[in-house]
Amino acid sequence: MTQSHRIEGGQIDRGAVLRFTFDGLPYTGHPGDTLASALLANGVRLMGRSFKYHRPRGVLSAGSEEPNALVELRTGGRQEPNTRATVAELYDGLAAQSQNRWPSLRFDALAINDRLSSFFAAGFYYKTFMWPKSFWEKLYEPIIRRAAGLGSVSLQEDPDVYDKGFLHCDLLVIGAGPSGLMAALTAGRSGARVILADEDFRMGGRLNAETLVIGDAPGADWASAAVAELASMPKVRLMLRTTVVAAFDHGIYGAVERVSDHLAEPLPGKPRQVLWRIYAGRAVLAGGATERPIAFENNDRPGIMLAGSMRAYANRWGVQAGERVAIFTNNDDGLRTATDLQAKGVDVVAVIDSREGGALLPGIRHLRGAEVIDSAGRLGLKSVTVRQANGRTEEIRVDALGVSGGWNPNVNIHSHHRSRPVWDASIAAFVPGADGPPGLLVSGASAGVMSTAGALQTGRDAAMAALGLAGAAPDLPEAEDAPVRITPLWYVAHGKGRAWIDQQNDVTVKDIKLAKQENFTSVEHVKRYTTLGMATDQGKTGNVIGLAIMAELTGRSIPETGTTIYRPPYTPVAMGTLAGRSRGREFKPFRLTPSHHWAAEQGAVFVEVGNWLRTQWVPQAGETEWRQSVDREVLATRRSVGICDVTTLGKIDIQGTDAARFLDRVYANTFSTLAVGKCRYGLMLREDGIVFDDGTTARLGEHEFVMTTTTANAVTVFRHLEFCRQCLWPDLDVQLISTTEAWAQYSVAGPNARRLLEKVVDLDIGDAVFPYMGAGAITVCNGLRARLFRISFSGELAFEIAVPTRYGDALLREMLSRGAEFDPVVYGTETLGVMRIEKGHVAGGELNGQSTALNMGLGKMVSKKKDAIGVVLSQREGLVDPDGYRLVGVRPVDPAGKLVAGSHFLEIGADPVAANDGGWLTSKVYSPHLGCDIALGYLKGGDRKIGARMRAVNLVGGTETEVEIVSPHFFDPEGERLRG
Amino acid sequence: MADILIAMTALGSRDAAVVHVGPLTVTERLDVALASVAVRRGRAKDLVKAAKAVGLPLPAPARYQAGKIFGAFWVAPEMWFAEAPLPGHEEIAALLKAGLGDAASVTEQTDAWVRFDLAAPDLAPLLERLCNVDFPGAPDGHATRTVIDHLGCYLIKPGPGMARIYGPRSSARSLLHALETAAASAW
Repeated sequence: MTQSHRIEGGQIDRGAVLRFTFDGLPYTGHPGDTLASALLANGVRLMGRSFKYHRPRGVLSAGSEEPNALVELRTGGRQEPNTRATVAELYDGLAAQSQNRWPSLRFDALAINDRLSSFFAAGFYYKTFMWPKSFWEKLYEPIIRRAAGLGSVSLQEDPDVYDKGFLHCDLLVIGAGPSGLMAALTAGRSGARVILADEDFRMGGRLNAETLVIGDAPGADWASAAVAELASMPKVRLMLRTTVVAAFDHGIYGAVERVSDHLAEPLPGKPRQVLWRIYAGRAVLAGGATERPIAFENNDRPGIMLAGSMRAYANRWGVQAGERVAIFTNNDDGLRTATDLQAKGVDVVAVIDSREGGALLPGIRHLRGAEVIDSAGRLGLKSVTVRQANGRTEEIRVDALGVSGGWNPNVNIHSHHRSRPVWDASIAAFVPGADGPPGLLVSGASAGVMSTAGALQTGRDAAMAALGLAGAAPDLPEAEDAPVRITPLWYVAHGKGRAWIDQQNDVTVKDIKLAKQENFTSVEHVKRYTTLGMATDQGKTGNVIGLAIMAELTGRSIPETGTTIYRPPYTPVAMGTLAGRSRGREFKPFRLTPSHHWAAEQGAVFVEVGNWLRTQWVPQAGETEWRQSVDREVLATRRSVGICDVTTLGKIDIQGTDAARFLDRVYANTFSTLAVGKCRYGLMLREDGIVFDDGTTARLGEHEFVMTTTTANAVTVFRHLEFCRQCLWPDLDVQLISTTEAWAQYSVAGPNARRLLEKVVDLDIGDAVFPYMGAGAITVCNGLRARLFRISFSGELAFEIAVPTRYGDALLREMLSRGAEFDPVVYGTETLGVMRIEKGHVAGGELNGQSTALNMGLGKMVSKKKDAIGVVLSQREGLVDPDGYRLVGVRPVDPAGKLVAGSHFLEIGADPVAANDGGWLTSKVYSPHLGCDIALGYLKGGDRKIGARMRAVNLVGGTETEVEIVSPHFFDPEGERLRG
Repeated sequence: MADILIAMTALGSRDAAVVHVGPLTVTERLDVALASVAVRRGRAKDLVKAAKAVGLPLPAPARYQAGKIFGAFWVAPEMWFAEAPLPGHEEIAALLKAGLGDAASVTEQTDAWVRFDLAAPDLAPLLERLCNVDFPGAPDGHATRTVIDHLGCYLIKPGPGMARIYGPRSSARSLLHALETAAASAW
């Protein structure tokens, strides 16, 4: 198709042609076009269907405030719904689809909703779909969701990546219109670090859309020169296509840079968008203003748009919105559109000016005191009905109507900290209040200063004030300084049909009246009741009209009625942008153990434990399911020797002359009595007496300890200790540092553990030197510094040996090769779990954040001879109840019986109801040693029920097993094996 | 030292990694020993004296300072990380303990970290995608703790066009991956 509505001028590159499609039809445009300007250039006015009534809609605006022209861009994984055609930069090959219509945009079956509109007034579904109650979720809501709504998602994975980043500056300037450019020039010339961000792909703001002159050059040329000067400053960063979406605390702003949205697909390795966090010493909001329409009957037809946008399409994009154009305005700015269009040769049929009196535009039919009261044209505007000052009505044939109801300063960012904008009657709009984000100044139209000269001056002044610049202010160029002349008109009272306020949500004047009638008069209630101001445009064009009408209906003033709260983001932000790189395999970083590469070579199965990848088990040839591997690892360890990588356990180096005293305070049991060269199992409580963590701590010197924590709590324990050190007891001489990653640590367990270790350790590690719970520095493999701890969680003779991490891989290989005669096995976390449960050691399932030492059968570890964190509160009445939970062992009466972790204990014959609940199975494994399932559990009064029979009932899975309550020490209860 | 055990790098290799992305060169450093040095309570003056004797700088907060043998950077109030060439200083903790006596608590940190040295004419486009440090605004010798790809790291600016990152050793692969992808975005 030809570009039938293209006229001369504009900032487009006519030398290049871009091809694109809309609903499958081919069109052409030029670099510099938006999708909206290119469609208008091709005479396409119908671009979408409305949210609720499926009304035909065209473009209303030329910017990010657009409520109507929402399309789906691209296809497949890159498909993006609700893209505003007004900000979608045209590129060659762009494919856009209209949305929320079936089967086609021109014929939409759901337009029947429009005929049934009287049933669909605001709040209709709250009132209508109330019974039967159960129908809501399954029937009503799915139907309504299908009928209403905007675009769709493809459900395919987005192939693009999104970055996050951080920027710093002395001054952030938000918006690159005349005010923002002047602010940036003032700051940049002073040598400050400046970021100038603008959501558009061309800087200049309204200067690009106007024919106004600055100095002796067109405004757009002045803007280009200003941008060129700024670009030459090394400390100024110009950020095109970057929307500042939020003001956060402490001068931090969120901004989205659309790096690749103007390309068919991102360049290799490049992100689609970047979410920037900008740390600004000061900021200037120069975000301009947004024009608002006037509501009248059928004011939503394709072809009816904001007058300033119509002017922008003509001046910036060389597009005439129609062949016969009229303007409906209540202020002087609307007249500019008429004169600009006329100068470009567009047939301006009439200017309908709601104001009485005043000068008439030369050469244009200028109707004073007139109003547009209706329009006609099913899929596009064909005519408007005008009621003249004398009451006579007239139908004027036009295919485009520009409407101007005045301009609303863009106060959003300034109000993100709940600052309430204040009403300025002189421009009939809200302007920023006094209590905006600290360090944020406002200039230009955002501040309610609507002239170009005012924009330049306030931009300069804001930059000087923000940076505390002294001396002479930079000279300002000459520019227009026209006052705002407006007589507010929010809606046209004549006409019985629907007059649209919020076109995105199909909110009409009638809906506001209904809200008033039902006493939803607070602006916040009006919003929720009518949906005014919701969805992607957040009511940028409709909100003020809605609340002005409510003010009129209730007899309150507009400032008394007030605005709703402005919240980030300023414009919609894709979820992918917020996620950044953190998705899929890159959701989080991984931590690899020292034995990881060896294990991977063996085909080990890994399990994620926090960020760690731990070996879960190591399958051998012929093993087809995990239990075979785990059973073999358990039996081999108990028969001879097994090795497990326990590097992931937290290690904290604790030094200082008060280190022992410090440990006495953070552990429930005593450590000051621990001899150098020994280690001890420690139990750490939270302040409330519940067990926090456990582990062994070794005394390597008089004032030097190394604590181990569980893998899960490594960080939280360290943080807790730092809090204790810095805040609770700053008088103690204690220094802490994590050494978790510095040492590769292996558990070597089994009857042949010592014999295997003797193959690599340079020293004697016999009972005399390393008795049970011995610890100390050793060397291995001919002199490498290492540490040895004789500790066991498996019930076997066991050691933990540590070497500097870089030697961890080699040590494992060396132990396996030198100790081959013992047929050592490397085992993973599953086997670790089996052996600790066989031995009755508590771990994750029991350390559940709800249980005390007494519950765990470790009550005696809580020393009464000293005070420690949590000791006092662990003795609360409710926590020392003799009938409280106690750790027990559980095995099925029938050895073939299956246990399920999480099952609840019930007495034989008791009903499976909460009142009869006796506790639950916390951890369950199959014990190859005992040849049956075994479990640990918390059972009420469990210590007195050893030998009893109960039922383990799992109502979720529908299983029930008769069990015997036994000691949690299933294996070697006397501990003969671990003492060697 | 161990004549049998062969060290493995944090990336699972025997040799240091060198990666080029656009103008960026990332070099894994295997030849640096590292230890933490923390003042024992009330012993700051003693430590300053002892540190001077062994040639250990104790720079001010957020600073790195090179020395003849030992370089050091501030990591927390009254705490520093000391660097030294690994050859001859593999037992850096023992060496420093011997020199600093009981005025400080010293802990070996060599293998707790992976070190990547970054070089490019302008590193700002890379680092602004990785962490919230104002790298272009920071003076030479700046040293700070920061978070890169969810990982707690130390970032040092030894001089123009250079950055030194100490990241958790176990996540060396993830960290390098983050550097590579950010570099691809930046350049």
